[in-house]
Parts: sequence; structure tokens; C-alpha cells
Amino acid sequence: MTMLSNLGKRFKRFFSVIWEYRLSYAFITPFMLCFIAFILVPIIVAVGLSFTYYNAIEPPKFIGWTNYQNLISQDLLFLKYALPNTFKFAIITGPGGYVASFILAWLISQLPARLRKYFSLAMYSPSLTMGIAMSIVWLPLLTGDRIGYLNSILLQIGMIDEPRLWVTDKDYLMNSMIAVSLWSSMGVGFLAMLAGILNVKQDMYEAARIDGVKSRLKEIWYITIPAMKPQMLFGAVMAIVNTFKSGAIGVELSGQNPTPQYAGYLIINHINDYGIIRFEMGYAAATSVFLLILMYFSNKFCWSLFGPKGDEG
Amino acid sequence: MKKIIKLLKLLKLPVMDGFQILITIQLVIFSVFMLLPIVYIFNHALKPYSELFIYPPNIFVRNPNSQNFNELFLVAASSAIPITRYLFNSVFISVGSVVGITFVSILCAYPISKHKFPGHKIVFSIIILTLMFAPEAVQIPRYLVVSKLGIMNTYFGHFLPLLAMPVSVFLMKQFIDQIPDELIQAAYLDGAKEFSVFLYIIVPNCMPAVATVAILAFQASWSNIETSTLFMQDDEMKNFAYFLSTLTNNLTNNVARQGAAAAAALIMFIPNLFIFLFFQGKMITTMAHSGIKGSEKSGKKSE
Repeated sequence: MTMLSNLGKRFKRFFSVIWEYRLSYAFITPFMLCFIAFILVPIIVAVGLSFTYYNAIEPPKFIGWTNYQNLISQDLLFLKYALPNTFKFAIITGPGGYVASFILAWLISQLPARLRKYFSLAMYSPSLTMGIAMSIVWLPLLTGDRIGYLNSILLQIGMIDEPRLWVTDKDYLMNSMIAVSLWSSMGVGFLAMLAGILNVKQDMYEAARIDGVKSRLKEIWYITIPAMKPQMLFGAVMAIVNTFKSGAIGVELSGQNPTPQYAGYLIINHINDYGIIRFEMGYAAATSVFLLILMYFSNKFCWSLFGPKGDEG
Repeated sequence: MKKIIKLLKLLKLPVMDGFQILITIQLVIFSVFMLLPIVYIFNHALKPYSELFIYPPNIFVRNPNSQNFNELFLVAASSAIPITRYLFNSVFISVGSVVGITFVSILCAYPISKHKFPGHKIVFSIIILTLMFAPEAVQIPRYLVVSKLGIMNTYFGHFLPLLAMPVSVFLMKQFIDQIPDELIQAAYLDGAKEFSVFLYIIVPNCMPAVATVAILAFQASWSNIETSTLFMQDDEMKNFAYFLSTLTNNLTNNVARQGAAAAAALIMFIPNLFIFLFFQGKMITTMAHSGIKGSEKSGKKSE
């Protein structure tokens, strides 16, 4: 009896605490509902479906690990194109865009305040054209005939002797995709890093100068980066997400789906291919889960670089 | 013209040392490179056909006219749905999403930051965790959820999936953290209720974060094709970005409609630019608090 009444009391106390904060819960409810419906549930459903065969007409059939086994051992399209392409694309645009953002942010931070505004605007504006407008901005520059700006310039200075098919040739498409992505990679992460650099206190630099830090490079390494680790981490997370979620760019640039000889075929394209065109939802879900895991480990890696060390956390 | 103004301003600044001048020159060259495609889209949209395909190509337009815009409206007129319908959809969806995302995010961020209700750490670490995921990866299950909710082909299908934006809650929460607790305590002592604290203290004090989230929300919804392609079956429910993407299908090596596409791209780009120009100062202020700090890491571990 006492046990029961104790339990009852504890429940009562628990609920009274919850009740006390009822307004807080009411405040977060709208967001949480949308969050659960459109982010959390889809992730859980993806994990669930990845173990099934599901063609969107018949009910899902449980088939265990088969999807994953096929994905990593038999799916030539995935192993030969999607995976290596994604790695190449991600390894260059992810860290490349990130480092470029940091260098540009640092250079801008060294200027007088009046000039900073204009330069940060110039760097950020390409990321405003994200999505569909991007391909229109770039297509005429990269068009395959001699009217294309790049071709015409290169022809005039004699670097090439015939026009190159920058977006439809399988040898060039990936490079064009990387160039365009790098161009538009100075987004939110860039602004965060710029703000982070500007926030580092001046007396820290002065103290370091007394301690014998002479060159600006050393200043960056010993003062700036450690002082703005949180912003560096935020920038890294944004860079990773932007890199892995881009898939449409190859299709937009080349104007063909799938891209010519799968040259610009990324994991996202593979998911859409199976999910929307072939209606093999289970298999598409398994590929999604694979992509999510990939994103998670890339993020983990950045946490280990910029996250607080064990004794701090 | 801009460059001249920049140079004039440069000359007025005596404090620049050699290193800064060197950086400025480098950055000017780089900015020109970054802005080139944008300068070019403005010119391209105004070029008559005779100039669009000449060799050697010219970046700057010689005889600007509105022929491309006329063609754009003509293309749309020949299809069943007028272009104004797509534009209306886009404007309506974007304004709705901006208001919705900002409101929902600030509403959610305030208790997480200031109330410390049971479970606030878990909620926040889940948000941090999903910051790392792109919803694009789970498009197929999202499609299933939307169809099960019965909001296919309605404006809700455009709004609701965008409403949960972890980045905006994150930025808001980090910003609200900076508001001193004493301010809120004082309001409580004066007899303020939770809603008035929220309306008269929290909201006015985090206007920079609101502006930032508004920019991000606008960018996300204005150029969003995902909801139009996946969740809308009727053409009259789709947005302008989707219409633009149908224009550009097979645009490569295709002469027809290039002018119309350029005009449409300009229409897509301009609102983004203006909204950013309008709010950009606030954006830098917010970003100063955007860092992912230590306490969240420990929260993430315990989760």
C-alpha cells in the first residue's frame, strides 16, 4: 500500500511540475508538431521502410537487411557512380567551400568597418541565387558552343582550339558542378564565421603580441580559431548539410536526367530515381538512411575538430 | 559606378595600412568574379534576341528592351495557367512561410531558452541533431506523411513542411540566451503575464534574429521546388520557381526561350536581393551568437 501511495505521490509531483510549465509546452507545441510530422516521423519511417519491399501500391513487405545488402554489394549504379561522385563532390566542395569561407571572412574582417559591408554582400549574394535560378545564371556562361562565354574567352586567348561541352560532356560536368557549388558556398556559415571573427576581443591579440605571437598566421591559428570554435562548428555543420543535400545541380546544369553517362549522379539523385521514378520506396529509403548515416559521421568528425574537449563538456 | 564610389570611400580613409590595401585589391578582384554572373543575369534579361546569340558574346547589353519579359508572359499565356497565378502562389506561400516560420520558431525558442522546463535539454539537443540532416534525404517518407495528412494539393502542403526549420529555432534560441534574465524577472515582479513578457520583452529584443530567420525562411520558400513537384498535382497550385524549372528543361544548347528564362531568373533573384539588402545588418548581429557551444554538446551526449 505504501509503495503504491508513494508511486502515486511521485506521479502527482511529476505531473504538477509538468502542469506548472504547461505554458512552456504550449509555446513549443506548434513547432514540435510540425517537427515531428515532417522531420522526425519521416526519418523513423525511412528507417522502417528500409527493411521492407514497398512499391507504394501493395502494403510493405518485411525483407530484413536485403535492401542494404543489395545497396552495398550489387547496385552498380550506386557503387560505380552515385557513391564515388558524391565523395568527389563532397570532399572538394565541403571542405573547399568551408576553407574559402573562412579565408574570405578573415580577409574581410581585417578591413575598416565601412568596407566590410560591401564585400560581405558581394560574397554572400551568389548564395541568394540558390536553386533553380542558379542554372540559368550559369548555363549561358558554360554553353557548349562558341557562344558560351567560357568557351569564347578560352578560344580567344588560345587555351583551347575548339569549344568544350562544359555541362554535357561527362568529363567536364562534375567539374562544372563543383565550380558552381563553390561559387555559391558563401552562405549562412560564412556570415557566422565573419561575425565570429569580429567578436574576438582585441585585447586577446594584444596579450598574444606581448607573449611573442608575431605573424598574422600564428594569430589566426592560436587566437582567432580557438576563440571562435562555436562559429566554426556551426559553419561546418552548414557546409556538410549543403554539400550532401545538393543533387539537383547536375540535372539542372546538364538539362538531362539522369545526367550524361551518370557523370553528375549523386546519392540524392539515386534516392529520387528509385523513390519517384521506379517506385521502389523501400530501396530508396535504405539509400536515404545510408545518406543520413554519412551525414552523421561527417558531422561527428567536425565535432571532434571544433567541439569542446572532454574536460570542458 | 559602384567601384568609383568604393574607391572614393577608400581615399577618404587614411587609416588603411599597406596590408589592408593589398587585401582590398584582392577582394575587389574576387568580388568582381563573384558578382559577374549576377551582373550578367541583369543584362541578359534585357538583351534583345539579336544580342543573345552573337559571337563574341557580350556581357553588357547594348540596346536594352523588355522583349524577354514580353516573351515570358507570352509563353505563360499560351499555357492554361496565367503567369500571374504562379507569381501569386509564390508570393502568398513565401509571405505565409516567412510569417509562420518566424512566429513558430520564436515561440518555440523562448521557453527552451528561458523557462528550463523539464525536457528542454532533450528538445534542444534533438534540434541540434536535426540541424545536421537535410530534409531532402527523406523526401519519400515526407511524401507519404503529406499524403496521409490529406494536405496534398492544398496550400497547407506548401506551408507545413517548411514550418519546422531547426536552423531558425537554433538561431533564435542562441539569441534569446543573450537577453538578461533580470529583465524578465523585473517584468514578472511588475505583474506581467507570460504572454506580455513574450510580446513586450522577448520579441522586441530579438528583432535582429527575427530578421535573420525571415531572410532564411524567404530564401527557403521562394526558390522551393520540392513541395510543388512532389505534393501538388494541379498546375494552378504550383509556384513560380516550379514554372521557371519547366522553362529551363532542356535549355542547354536550346535557343528557344533562353531570353524568357533569363527574364524569369531575374524575377526570381530580385526579391531575394532586396530582402537581404534590407535586413543584412541585422543578420551579422545575429550570426555573432550562432555558435554551437559546449553545454549543448554535453546535452547531446546525455540524450
